[in-house]
Amino acid sequence: MVDFAGWEMPLSYRGPAEEHQAVRRHCGLFDVSHMGEIEVSGPNAAAACQELTVNDVARLKIGDAQYTLLCNEAGGVLDDLVVYRLGAERYLLIVNAANTAADVGWINARIGGRAAVVDRSAELALLALQGPESEVALRTLTALDLPRLRPFTACESRVAGEPAVVSRTGYTGEDGFEIVVDAESAGAVWDALLEAASRREGLPAGLAARDTLRLEAGLPLCGSDMDATTTPLEAGLAWVVKLGKGEFVGRTALAAQAASGLTRRLVGLELREPGIPRHGYGVWRDGTEVGRVTSGTKSPTLGTFIGLAYVATMSAASGTPLTVDIRGRRVPAVVVDRPFYRRRR
Amino acid sequence: MEFPDDLRYTQEHEWLRLEGNEALVGITDFAQDALGDVVFVELPSIGATFASGQAFGVVESNKTVSDLFAPVAGRVTAVNHGLRDEPELVNNDPYGAGWMIRLAVTDREQVSRLLDAEAYRTFVAQQRT
Repeated sequence: MVDFAGWEMPLSYRGPAEEHQAVRRHCGLFDVSHMGEIEVSGPNAAAACQELTVNDVARLKIGDAQYTLLCNEAGGVLDDLVVYRLGAERYLLIVNAANTAADVGWINARIGGRAAVVDRSAELALLALQGPESEVALRTLTALDLPRLRPFTACESRVAGEPAVVSRTGYTGEDGFEIVVDAESAGAVWDALLEAASRREGLPAGLAARDTLRLEAGLPLCGSDMDATTTPLEAGLAWVVKLGKGEFVGRTALAAQAASGLTRRLVGLELREPGIPRHGYGVWRDGTEVGRVTSGTKSPTLGTFIGLAYVATMSAASGTPLTVDIRGRRVPAVVVDRPFYRRRR
Repeated sequence: MEFPDDLRYTQEHEWLRLEGNEALVGITDFAQDALGDVVFVELPSIGATFASGQAFGVVESNKTVSDLFAPVAGRVTAVNHGLRDEPELVNNDPYGAGWMIRLAVTDREQVSRLLDAEAYRTFVAQQRT
């Protein structure tokens, strides 16, 4: 168990590598209840979410979910999140644990009074069932028509007899579901899900496997690959930023950056020799430092050493040969396309 | 967790097996378990010399990276090249196929000052509380 933003979290149950493979081949069950749930409701809830987030909330029908970001005025990333439209005037924001309190403060400061903002993190639990056999496993526990639950949609239903919001979302690069339940019923729902997963050779999975899975899938981690000093455009998330939707916090800065061009980009790196590129390590090209590593791991699926790094735009093209300074050792690396791993459909 | 009686140990969780005037060195079962899956071991060149307690290499898992310390002074006479392709040997067989370096020991007196298995067991038990 490790401390994570004040939550005592399992780093691993059976071993990170085994849990990682279970998610890629069968399924894995994560307790991610540390993540924050913020409900924004009322007649102005849509307008408030539209102003706070960079993606276009107006596109959400009831039951839709959307990956988006909270940015500051300078276009820096405060948090990444998924917004669920649960009702005509009711939105649920699922945010990173370490940022929940700051997010609530920021949201209240920007839209306080215009919409009701309630931090429901303590009363709600979040379980993630991820992997190709998630649907088969979950089907035994819910009456929901799962094959018709499309990616990035959610539905209020029951799981193992308990009221739940089930969404087809995740952070592993696999098909899967995230299930919001009341904290009091979380234990029972976890047990039922774990039993169903076990019948499909599934395993409980911890934070360590979650990190290697998301990294293989090329998904940036807020706080490591993105923060207030980096913008979504630099992080390769231009597809999330809807500059044309109207005014929102950070729009002016992001529009200016989009117009003037990027000086650096978040790229995938694959090392040619063993070694893990870790956060903060320098990235070099021909004797000049051109960037910094933000995340890295040994990919359990590919067997290679991979990482994400911000590098100068001139060195960001796929195939560019670079080196990573691993504690004084210059390890050859090459820029590769993200994701490192793509699931078969 | 196993700590064989025929080995000597350090508080940095290396083990040493004396064979004549040479010694094999690796990391303990406790160390490999704490590191998690080892993905890379950086070892010195043959012929390099190290003082007692000096870093001779690096062991790296996804979780963390740790220096390896020479339990006693000596000159490297062999390194375990097998770890380059199979670093997981450190996890699977820490006292056997997962060995790291062979040292020509400068001063055998230093070996006798290392922890024996019983003292190391006690030390590990204290680490866990």
